[in-house]
Amino acid sequence: MTPLAAYLIVAALVFAIGLAGALTRRNAIMVLIGIELMLNAANLNLIAFWRYSPHPELLSGMMFAIFSIAVAAAEAAVGLGLVISIYRHAKTTDVEQMNRMKG
Amino acid sequence: MMQEAVAFTPQLDASSIARWLWLIPALPMVAAGIISVLKQPRRRLASSLAIGSLGISLLIAITAFTHVLSGWSHGYAVREVVNFSWLQVGRQPVELGWVLDPLSAVMLVMVTFVGLLIFIYSTGYMEHDENYTRFFCFLALFAGAMLGVVISNSILLLFMCWELVGLTSYLLIGFWYHKPSAAAAARKAFITTRVGDIFFLLGIVWLFAQTGTLLFYDHGAGSMEPLALGGLLVHHSHWGLSAAGAIGLLIFAGAAGKSGQLPLHVWLPDAMEGPTPVSALIHAATMVAAGVYLVARVYPLMSVGAVAHGEAPGTTTALMVVTWVGASTAVFAALIAVAQNDIKRILAYSTVSQLGYMMAGLGVGGVAVGMFHLITHAFFKALLFMGAGSVIHGAHEEQDIRHMGGLRKYMPITFLTYAVGMLALCGVPIFFSGFWSKDAILESAHAWPLSHAPYYMLVFGAILTAFYMTRQVSYVFLGEYRGRGHAHESPRVMTTPLAILAVFAVALGIIGTPAWPWFRAFLENQAASVEMHAFAEPAWLMLLLTSFVIVIIGIGLGWWIYGNKSPRAQEPDALQKAIPPVWTVLANRLYIDELYGATVIAFYYWWAKVADWIDRDIWGDMVSTVIWLTNHWARLNKFLDATMVDGAFDKGCEEIYNGGGVLARIQNGRGQIYLRLLALAVVILAAILIWSGRP
Amino acid sequence: MGIVFYLISAFAVGGALAAVLLKNLVHAALALTIAFFGLALLFLRLDAQFAGFAQILVYVGAVAILVVFAILLTKGSEVPKDGVFSKSWLAGLAISAGVFAVLAWAVLQAAPALPNEAAAPAITVNDIGNALMSRYVLPLEIVAVLLTAALLGAVIVAMHEKERAKQ
Repeated sequence: MTPLAAYLIVAALVFAIGLAGALTRRNAIMVLIGIELMLNAANLNLIAFWRYSPHPELLSGMMFAIFSIAVAAAEAAVGLGLVISIYRHAKTTDVEQMNRMKG
Repeated sequence: MMQEAVAFTPQLDASSIARWLWLIPALPMVAAGIISVLKQPRRRLASSLAIGSLGISLLIAITAFTHVLSGWSHGYAVREVVNFSWLQVGRQPVELGWVLDPLSAVMLVMVTFVGLLIFIYSTGYMEHDENYTRFFCFLALFAGAMLGVVISNSILLLFMCWELVGLTSYLLIGFWYHKPSAAAAARKAFITTRVGDIFFLLGIVWLFAQTGTLLFYDHGAGSMEPLALGGLLVHHSHWGLSAAGAIGLLIFAGAAGKSGQLPLHVWLPDAMEGPTPVSALIHAATMVAAGVYLVARVYPLMSVGAVAHGEAPGTTTALMVVTWVGASTAVFAALIAVAQNDIKRILAYSTVSQLGYMMAGLGVGGVAVGMFHLITHAFFKALLFMGAGSVIHGAHEEQDIRHMGGLRKYMPITFLTYAVGMLALCGVPIFFSGFWSKDAILESAHAWPLSHAPYYMLVFGAILTAFYMTRQVSYVFLGEYRGRGHAHESPRVMTTPLAILAVFAVALGIIGTPAWPWFRAFLENQAASVEMHAFAEPAWLMLLLTSFVIVIIGIGLGWWIYGNKSPRAQEPDALQKAIPPVWTVLANRLYIDELYGATVIAFYYWWAKVADWIDRDIWGDMVSTVIWLTNHWARLNKFLDATMVDGAFDKGCEEIYNGGGVLARIQNGRGQIYLRLLALAVVILAAILIWSGRP
Repeated sequence: MGIVFYLISAFAVGGALAAVLLKNLVHAALALTIAFFGLALLFLRLDAQFAGFAQILVYVGAVAILVVFAILLTKGSEVPKDGVFSKSWLAGLAISAGVFAVLAWAVLQAAPALPNEAAAPAITVNDIGNALMSRYVLPLEIVAVLLTAALLGAVIVAMHEKERAKQ
């Protein structure tokens, strides 16, 4: 069996990649994609720890991950709705041009 | 001529009159105080206060005199003292007090009486002067101070009143202070007498240090009493003098200043700048007599050496000096008086001369001789001065005798009284008091064991006196009137005192004749009886003859040169035409003032310049330097403050402001950047946690 | 670690990389889908069948499609002229690298303490359903509320725009 650490490394990697995408891409949707990747990496972490935990029959980790998936889906929906709404208003999805909070 | 000395029993307990004696000087002083706060228009009140207070003082003085007289007639030697301790300095009490004895009693009556007459005279003389009130304030103050000198039993109290007399003299001489000559004369008087007063003060201090008491008479412990005097006699000082002699000389120096003796006489003629009543009161009758009185008061001190060795009186060193100074002054001043043209100046020099006579009399003959001349002189000199004042008043403020003349027609009363005074001053025999008093002096001078020179000097002086007085009377009253305007007699308030004084100028002689030497006996506490045979003594007859000769020469010479001629005002004096160089020297007062000016005063001005230079340049520069330093220190501080402190502060604030601007750029409104910062923060925090967790 | 694990990991990581790096947004979305797949397979390998299939159902079936819809609605298929990466992409990369470094270091530090093997859990979907209804009923309900709210919210956000567009 693969050691737990391997799964954790993979999760960390995916997380970092998702973070890089969220921090460097100009398109707002790409930022959301990055966020989804980060969430997924977190889910992987959860499942891995559940699998290798001493009492997996308690299902804590699995439940956490399932709820995480559900919430992530809801959040993606709302987020994308917002992006569309902003696009209608500002005619762009470029995050670098969204600086109305400047000050 | 004199009775044998009968031992009078001393009466020392203070009678009631003696206890109230202090009122005599106090009343005029209080009057002066009240007048000083009066407003100027209250003239009547001012003069009434002054005259009233002095009048009451006169009454008390007469009462005191009567008391002493009755004591004397019953055989008591009255010397009542009232002493008290004024204040305590450490363990030493400062004692003041007053004394009532024949000397002070006689002087009291004279001062109050003559003073009162002059006060009354002043109401007329100063009628038109706007400073009437101030005049009477000063006059009253003077009277109080002079009376204080007379009754004082403590040498300190005497000195205090002495100084007060000098002050009031200054105030009165410079009464018309806006005249520069008057102000200068007042200063001169004060400073010149001050020179004498320094020596007087030294004498006081020495006397106090030596005897331990300030009082003259203190029931045996006073400084004029035998115990103290004996101690002073044995204590030796410099130049062969005993302490008594040295102190006596020092005190005489003070008297010489006040009484215008030879080196310190320069102020008296200039003092004529004051109003004529001032001249009459202060510079004829009273203040200048204070010096003579002082010598009389400390006579036991001055004569103690001679008496102790059984010699004749008047042969101590101190008294010798007194005699020589007096005689020189007498001649010296008489010479100058011959060549003066101001009516008051002639009388002023005459006063100096007569004061010389008084001092000489004290020196050769003792207290009675000198004091007798003082008393008679007070009356006839006051009379002469007031007469001169009347003349000045009547001739419309003219004082130069060359612009007067023939006034006997216009001012008969003044002329008559003036003539009486003049004859008294000349010492015309028998009828006039001046003869008897001067005669007593000449008699004592003739009998002086040390030398006959004073006698001859005094005789010469007498001739000169007669001469210059005749000259003056001729110029003023005889001949034709050379003045301006219309001369008129003075009002009665001025002529009445003249008349009263004229009576005394004649009548006073009677108390000092050899036939009845009452005055001497009174002062020396001896019995006196009338002995007409004294007139027949050959010594006295010689003197009578000498006096006749003096008078004839003097008046005759004067009459011959000046009498009944009426020189025009611009013509030079007849004597001047005869001996011009002598005349010039005399007219310039023997150049004494110039001598002082060249030496003492010149030195003083030089010293003042040096002091000014030190103050202005040296101290002034120091002060300027300090100012400069302070100024520049302040500027440096300001510079530091403005540039460094303020600059630093402002710069700091500016940088914070800029820093804020810089930090604000983080808030760029871009969410992605915020996210980056979040992630970065997480990394950093995690790193810190890991780092801190390491073992 | 077997070859299967590496393959699946390569799938997931590669898909993630592609999703982040591709310029064309639609391609990126599709790459994302591959990444999701890979992660689902990893779930299956971890005996979390339910989570894995839920992942495929929700993420691949809904979220990815939603992303594609959003891309199309915002004209994301056109490549912007300024470039797809921000001007300061290096900073972002560095930060990400830092995060990865921290995480990897933590894992590698703990690696000796982590279990290498574990017994396979005997979990059935029945057990999961029971757990959901008994122990985890509250989170279930909350998630239900949340989903409702999200649904409503999305509708409202979209609808407002529609109304304004009409005006």
